[in-house]
Amino acid sequence: MFATQQDHHFDVASIRKDFPILARQIGDKPLVYLDNAASSQMPVQVMDAFAQYHSGYHSNVHRGVHTLSQEATDAFEKVRFKVQRFIGARSEREIVYTSGATDSINLIAQAYGRTFLEKGDEILISNMEHHANIVPWHMLAKEKNLVIRVIPITDEGTLDMDAFDRMLSKNTKVVAVNHVSNALGTINPIAEISRKAHAVGAITVIDGAQAVPHMNVNVSEADCDFYVFSAHKMMGPTGTGVLYGKIEHLEAMPPYRGGGDMILSVSFDTGITYNEVPQKFEAGTPGIAQVIMMGKAIDYMLDIGRDKIQLYENELLEYATNRMRQIDGIRIIGTAPQKASVLSFVLDGIHPHDIGTILDFHGVAVRSGHHCAQPVMERYGIPATTRASFAFYNTRDEVDALVKAIHEVKEVLG
Amino acid sequence: MDTRMKHLYQELIIDHNKNPRNFRVMEEFSHESVGNNPLCGDKMILYLKINDENIIEDISFIGDGCAISKASSSMMTTAIKGKSIAQARALFKDFHDMSTGKLDIAEHPHQLGKLAIFAGVRDLPARVKCATLAWHTLDAALKGEQEITTE
Ligand SMILES: Cc1ncc(COP(=O)(O)O)c(C=O)c1O
Repeated sequence: MFATQQDHHFDVASIRKDFPILARQIGDKPLVYLDNAASSQMPVQVMDAFAQYHSGYHSNVHRGVHTLSQEATDAFEKVRFKVQRFIGARSEREIVYTSGATDSINLIAQAYGRTFLEKGDEILISNMEHHANIVPWHMLAKEKNLVIRVIPITDEGTLDMDAFDRMLSKNTKVVAVNHVSNALGTINPIAEISRKAHAVGAITVIDGAQAVPHMNVNVSEADCDFYVFSAHKMMGPTGTGVLYGKIEHLEAMPPYRGGGDMILSVSFDTGITYNEVPQKFEAGTPGIAQVIMMGKAIDYMLDIGRDKIQLYENELLEYATNRMRQIDGIRIIGTAPQKASVLSFVLDGIHPHDIGTILDFHGVAVRSGHHCAQPVMERYGIPATTRASFAFYNTRDEVDALVKAIHEVKEVLG
Repeated sequence: MDTRMKHLYQELIIDHNKNPRNFRVMEEFSHESVGNNPLCGDKMILYLKINDENIIEDISFIGDGCAISKASSSMMTTAIKGKSIAQARALFKDFHDMSTGKLDIAEHPHQLGKLAIFAGVRDLPARVKCATLAWHTLDAALKGEQEITTE
C-alpha cells in the first residue's frame, strides 16, 4: 500500500499555487504538464527574482566599484555557495556557471579531454546517455584518436555492471554516465561507478541533469570528478547551468573560452594571465539574472525539502506505473528497481506521435520521440517512446487524466 | 471529443492507417526512393512503375510510421496511380501548400479531392512532416533521388 500524501504533510495544492502556468487551459481542458524531464515549470518566487534584479540592481558583475555592480556581484556569487551546499561540493570554487548541462560537458571534453587524453585512451559511456553526453566525446575522440566504448544496459534498463567491470582497464581514462536517465528514469549507482573508475585511474563525468530536480545529490560522497546539470529542469530559467569539478582538475585544466572576466591581465608586452578557478572558465558577461534565479529555485526546493520531494515523487511514480500497467497493450520501457520521475512507454500498434498529439488534445503534455537518446531506442528496437515525466507539483488526479486520455487514444486508433 | 481531434483523426485516415492500400514491396519498379523522418524515427520506401508515356502505372510503399504518415502515404498511392508525372507533381504542390498553410482550400480551387482531409495538420506544425513525408519521397523518386530526409 502507498502511504497517503497527507502522511508526509506534502501540501501539493498550495505548492501548485506557486506555479501560475499550472492554471492554464489547453483548448477547453486544464493543462496536465507531464513533460518535466524536458523542462520544468517555474514558481513565482523564481520569476520575481528576475524583476527584482532588473528593477533593483541590474548591472554587470565583477566590474564596477559602484553600488549596483557590487550588489549584483554579491547576489551572483552567493548563488555559488548555494549550489555548493545543494550538491555537497567541498568548496564554492568547484562550482562553474555554464549555460547548461550540454555546455558543461563540452567544457569538460574540450578543456580536460583535449589536454589530458591521448591517442588510444578509452572513454566509457553508457548505452542510456543523452546525446549531450555522447556527441562531445565523439567529437573529441575523432580529433584525438580516442576510443569510445559503450557500457551495455539490461532489458530493465539498468547498467550492466558486470560488463562495466570487464571493460575497465588501464586504458580507461574517462567514464561518462548519467545519474538518472532521461529516457528510462533509471538511477545509476554513481558512487560505485566512481570507485571502480578510480581504481583503474579514470575520472568520472556524471550528467546530473535529471537527478538534481528529484533527489539529494552529494558529489563529495559519490566522489565523482565532474557533475553537470541545467537550471531549467529544476524550476529555474533556461540558458543557465552548472559544472562541478574537483578543484584539482579545474586548477589543472586550461581555459575553455577566452574573453573578459576570465583573465587577470592582458598585455601585448608581457602576455596574458588567466583568472583563478572558477572565473577562469567564465568568459564574458554571464546570465546574471538567470544565475540569481537558479539560486531562488534552489531555495524553493530546499524550503519544501528534497527528502519530501523524493518521497512524494516516488509514490506518484509508483501510482502512475501501477495504473499504466493495467492498460492493455502497453509496454513500459525502463523498469529498473531504482527509478526517478520518468515513465516511458509504447502502445501496441500505435505510434508515439499519434499518442502525443491526441494527449495534447486532452490537455496532457508529454514528450514523444527519441528524447535525444537514440541509442536507447536502438537498444529496445523501437523508433520512439511516449514519455510522461513528473515533478513534485503533479498529482494523482493528473495521472488519472493521463490514463484516461490513453484509453481515448486506444479508442480512436486501437 | 475535441474538435481538432475530430478534424485530424477522421474515419478515412483511421481506415487507411489500419488497412493501408498499396502496402507492399514492388519487384519490378522503375523508380524507388527512401524517405526518412529522423525526428520520429520513421522510414518509408516508395516504389513507382512509370511507363513510356510518363504514366504512373503502379505505385506501392512499405515502412513504419504514425497514423498520419501511414494514411497519407496510402491515400497518396491511390490518388497517384494512373496519373501522369505532371499531374502527380501538381498534386504534390497543392498538398504541400495545403499542409503548410499556403493554400487555403476553402478559398482556392484545387485537385486534392479526398486528400483535403489532411488540411488539419497545418494547425499542428509538429505533424506537418508526417503528412508530407510520402509526398516528398514521391518528389525525390521522380527526380531520381535515392533517399531524402525531412530535416
Ligand atoms: C540526461 C540529460 N543530459 C543532458 C541534457 C541536456 O540539457 P541542456 O539541454 O539543458 O543542456 C538533458 C536535457 O534534455 C538531459 O535529460
